[in-house]
Amino acid sequence: MKRINVLQPKALLKVFAVLVPLLLNGYGVAAASPGQLPSVPRSEVAAAPAVEAASGAKEAHEEEKAGDVIMHHILNNRVFAFPPFGSVELPEIKVGGYDISITKHVVMLWVVSAILVGIFSIVGGKYKKMSARQAPTGLVNAMEALVEFIRTDVAKANIGKGYEKYLTYLLTVFFFILLCNLLGLVPYGATATGNINVTLTLATFTFFLTQMAALQAHGLKGYLAHLTGGTHPALWIIMIPIEFIGLFTKPVALTIRLFANMTAGHIVILSLIFISFILKSYIVAVVMSVPFSIFIYLLELFVAFLQAFIFTMLSALFIGLASAHEGHDEHEAGVASH
Amino acid sequence: MLTSGVILLAGSLLSPEPGLIFWTAITFILVMLILKKIAWGPILTALQDREKGIQSSIDRAHQAKDESEAILRKNRELLSKADAEADRILREGKDYAEKLRADITEKAQSEAKKMIASAKDEIEQEKRRALDVLRNEVADLAVKGAEKIIKTALDADMQKKIVNSMIQDFSTKRN
Repeated sequence: MKRINVLQPKALLKVFAVLVPLLLNGYGVAAASPGQLPSVPRSEVAAAPAVEAASGAKEAHEEEKAGDVIMHHILNNRVFAFPPFGSVELPEIKVGGYDISITKHVVMLWVVSAILVGIFSIVGGKYKKMSARQAPTGLVNAMEALVEFIRTDVAKANIGKGYEKYLTYLLTVFFFILLCNLLGLVPYGATATGNINVTLTLATFTFFLTQMAALQAHGLKGYLAHLTGGTHPALWIIMIPIEFIGLFTKPVALTIRLFANMTAGHIVILSLIFISFILKSYIVAVVMSVPFSIFIYLLELFVAFLQAFIFTMLSALFIGLASAHEGHDEHEAGVASH
Repeated sequence: MLTSGVILLAGSLLSPEPGLIFWTAITFILVMLILKKIAWGPILTALQDREKGIQSSIDRAHQAKDESEAILRKNRELLSKADAEADRILREGKDYAEKLRADITEKAQSEAKKMIASAKDEIEQEKRRALDVLRNEVADLAVKGAEKIIKTALDADMQKKIVNSMIQDFSTKRN
């Protein structure tokens, strides 16, 4: 055992000794061959043109270029690119001065919707034909496991009595976010949930549902009384703004959590890939970029499920808290005001 | 690091896009309505139906179990009752047989005693009769002897001899 311990640092040193010259050499070779291409067209997002762009550009702008490409990949735009086959220019629509163009993320939302409707028309059709005694199989069974999970472990567990009303929203939001997240990991796909506008809209739905649940549970008087935090009228001038801000912290937290998780994962994957382009080394690509980005990709698969679950879980939790007793609400408001 | 800072400051990640918000809302609401119609309705009703079905099956199973247990208990009771009955019958039979045997032996014994007694009576009677007959005969013989003695001669010695011999004769005959 001792021998091995002694040998390990030596072996590592050897690996470094082999790697470092190779790295430098590879860098030199790549830099020596001048790239013919000018700057990247904004429409072409994927890695292939980025390599050429990176090799063609000057060293000083290297990092910025990679950053631009990554951001271009993550941000919304009106071009749906299929490198190397070309790209589709999406139409620009303006109604009454508002820009409601069809962008990449809108298309992704529609793709998600189409897939959802497709899958669930099959599943729903099966259920309409099925009797209560039959057991579901295949796709129907897989979907049922998820639906049942949302129903019992998310909705029933967090909302309690009267959870059936909110099931439609919770189930839809879960599958919608899940599929948005997963399609972001597919080639040519984009993560619509990595856009703060999408997550903000979804969180706004949760916010309205939460407020409606609170109004329904406590009535207008109870709802307004809750804004005072149940304190002495002299403290209202402090309590009301705090409670009012507290109302909005929850959906904002939902918004940023989902958006940041999805965006961060993609930035990490792309950054890992771009390390090999910036350093212009196959060794880095083989030793670091590919294995690490595969690892992060697998992590992202997990995160896709996790974030869809968390968004749904927290929505259910907020609805449950809003319609539950005073004690929880005050505690939540206290936490939110921090 | 620098890049991300620049990007965040530029605000491209956080820039509002009213068009996207609009489309997200429309798309999401439409998807929700469509899915409610085609999927959540049937799936949730099916799930509820199945839950109810399973619950009722469990209830039925419990009921059946209770019933079978009751039947088993009843069967056991019946069995033990039948056992007791059989025991009783066996005991009664044994008692009866015992009594019967005792009766029969008693009767036989008394019968035998009676028969022995009657046989004894008869023997006694026969003996008496025989003695009577013997007595008569002896008297006759004596008379005859006396006759003969008187007839032959009145020799004292002879007479004595005759009488003695007769008595001897008599006694041997009697025995």
